[in-house]
Amino acid sequence: MIEVKDVYFTYPTGVEALKDVSLSIRNGEFLAIMGQNGAGKTTLVKQFNGLLKPTKGEVLVDGVSTRDISVAQLARKVGFVFQNPDHQLFSETVEEEIAFGLRNFGFKESTLKRRVTWALNLLGLAEYRKTSPFMLSGGERKRVALASVLAWNPKVVILDEPTIGQDHRQKEILRQFIVQLNAQGKTVVIVTHDVEFVAECSPRVVLMTQGQIVADGDAKRILTNSDIALRASIVPPQITQIFLDLADLGLPTDIIDVSEAKKTLLEYLEGDNT
Amino acid sequence: MSVFEGFKFRQVSSPIHRLDPRVKFLYVLVMFIAAVMFNELPVLLVLFFLQIPFVLVASIQRQWLRSLRGAMFLATFLFVFNVFFGYISLGTVPGGVSPLEYAFAMSLRFLVLVESFSVFFLTTSPDHLSLALEQSHVPYEFTFAFTTAVRFVPVLAEESQTIMDAQKARGLELEKGNFMKRVRNYIPVLIPLIVSAIRRSLELAEAMESRGWGASKKRTNLYVLEMKEGDWTLVIISILLLVTVIYVRYFVHVPSFTMLFAQ
Repeated sequence: MIEVKDVYFTYPTGVEALKDVSLSIRNGEFLAIMGQNGAGKTTLVKQFNGLLKPTKGEVLVDGVSTRDISVAQLARKVGFVFQNPDHQLFSETVEEEIAFGLRNFGFKESTLKRRVTWALNLLGLAEYRKTSPFMLSGGERKRVALASVLAWNPKVVILDEPTIGQDHRQKEILRQFIVQLNAQGKTVVIVTHDVEFVAECSPRVVLMTQGQIVADGDAKRILTNSDIALRASIVPPQITQIFLDLADLGLPTDIIDVSEAKKTLLEYLEGDNT
Repeated sequence: MSVFEGFKFRQVSSPIHRLDPRVKFLYVLVMFIAAVMFNELPVLLVLFFLQIPFVLVASIQRQWLRSLRGAMFLATFLFVFNVFFGYISLGTVPGGVSPLEYAFAMSLRFLVLVESFSVFFLTTSPDHLSLALEQSHVPYEFTFAFTTAVRFVPVLAEESQTIMDAQKARGLELEKGNFMKRVRNYIPVLIPLIVSAIRRSLELAEAMESRGWGASKKRTNLYVLEMKEGDWTLVIISILLLVTVIYVRYFVHVPSFTMLFAQ
C-alpha cells in the first residue's frame, strides 16, 4: 500500500516538479503513470522508494513515512527498474549482477544461489549465467536489469519506461510478463507514454501534466476520453481513434482493445445485414 | 562543491565579458605572478582588493563570493598549518614577521589566486575560450578536446547522480562501512559511469566524422577576435602592474604589519 498525501516536490535547481499530488495505490494493483516529458512521472515514482523525499506532504509505504526509513530498507519492498540498464550493470557476469541486490539485503549464500537461478529462469537468461552483461544485446540487458530487481521478490515493482527501444515481439513478451507478475499478487507501477502498450495491458491509468494528476481511472475510461487525453498531450490508441471517427454510425467509442473492436464490428455488420 | 560554482560561466553581457579572452588571460597571469612573488601581507591585501572593481563591473558578486566561500575551507587549512609550523620551526617565517601574519598572508595568496582565476572563468564563455586558443595557434584538435571536456562535465555529473539512484534502488548503501568499504561501495557507480563515458566518446567520434570533421585543413571562423580599445587598456594595466610588482619586489622594502605595530 502506497499513499501519497498532498505532496509537493521542488528540485534543488528550483524546478517545481510535483504540485499537490495525492494518490493511493492498493496492494496488487496494476498502475500506469502517463503524461508527456517533464510532467513529473519519474519524480513521482522516485518518491515511492525514497530516492526523493517530498518537499511538503508525505509518502507512506505500508503506513511508514519515506522520511523515517532509508532507501535501502524501502528498496527491499519497492523494487525500481530504471529506464536505461546501462546505468546499473557493472558486474563481470550476469549471475553476479543479479546477486548484487541480494547481497546488499543480506540474503544467505544458499538462498542467494536459489534466487539467482530462479530469476535467471524467470526471464529466460539461464544460458547467459556466466556471460558478461556488457556482451548482451539491448533487450537482454534490459531483462538482466529486471531480473536483478525481481530476484529479491519486492512487493511492488516500478518500471520506468519499460518499452523504450524494444521491438514489437519483446514488448509482447514484456506485457505478458507484467500481467503475470500482477496476477501473482505483485503491485506493478509502470511509467510510460506508450499509449498502445497501455491499451493492451488495460491497467488503472494516472495521467499527469505539469506536476499534477489530471485524471485517474481505468484505462478504458481515460484513454477513450479525447478531452482528457489532449490535456496531457496523449493521443488515444489507434483503434480508439477509428471508433471515435465512426461514432456517427452508432458504434461505441470506448474501445481500446483490438479483439473487442473486432467483435463489436462483426456484431454491427451482422446486425446491418438482417 | 561550491568552489566550482565560482568557475561556471553564465551568459551575461558586461564590459568585462566582452573583453578579449587572451587579454583577460594575460591579466590573470600577471596577477598570478604577482601573488607568487610576494609573501608580504600588505602587498597581497592590495592585490586582493584590486580584483573588486572587475567583479563589480562584471556584476558577478554573488558567484564570486560563493567561490571565495568554497575556497575558505582550504584557506583555513593553509592558515592552521602555517601557524603550526611557523611556531614550531621559526625558520620558515622570514625575520620581522610574526608567524600569525605570515600564515594569514599565505592563505590570502591562495585566495588571490582562486579569485583571479574565478573572475576569468566567470566572465569568459567556453566558446570564447576555444576561439582564443585557436587564434593563439593551438592546434584545433587540442582546442576541441578541451572545450568538449568542459562541455561534458555537467552531463557526467547528472549521469553519475542517476547511476547512484539506480544502485541505491538495489540496496547499495554508499555511506556504510569503514573507509576501505566505503571506497569499494563506489565501484558499482564508477564502472557504469566509465563504460558510458567511453561509449559516449565513441559515438561522439562517429557523429563528428559523419559531419566532416577534419575535412578541410584550414578552418575559418564566423567570429574573429579583434583587439578593441578596452582590450588595449587592460593590456596596458597588466603591463604596468607587472612592472610595478617587479619594481616593488627588487627596489622597495615592504614593511610587515608586525614591524609597523611594533614601532
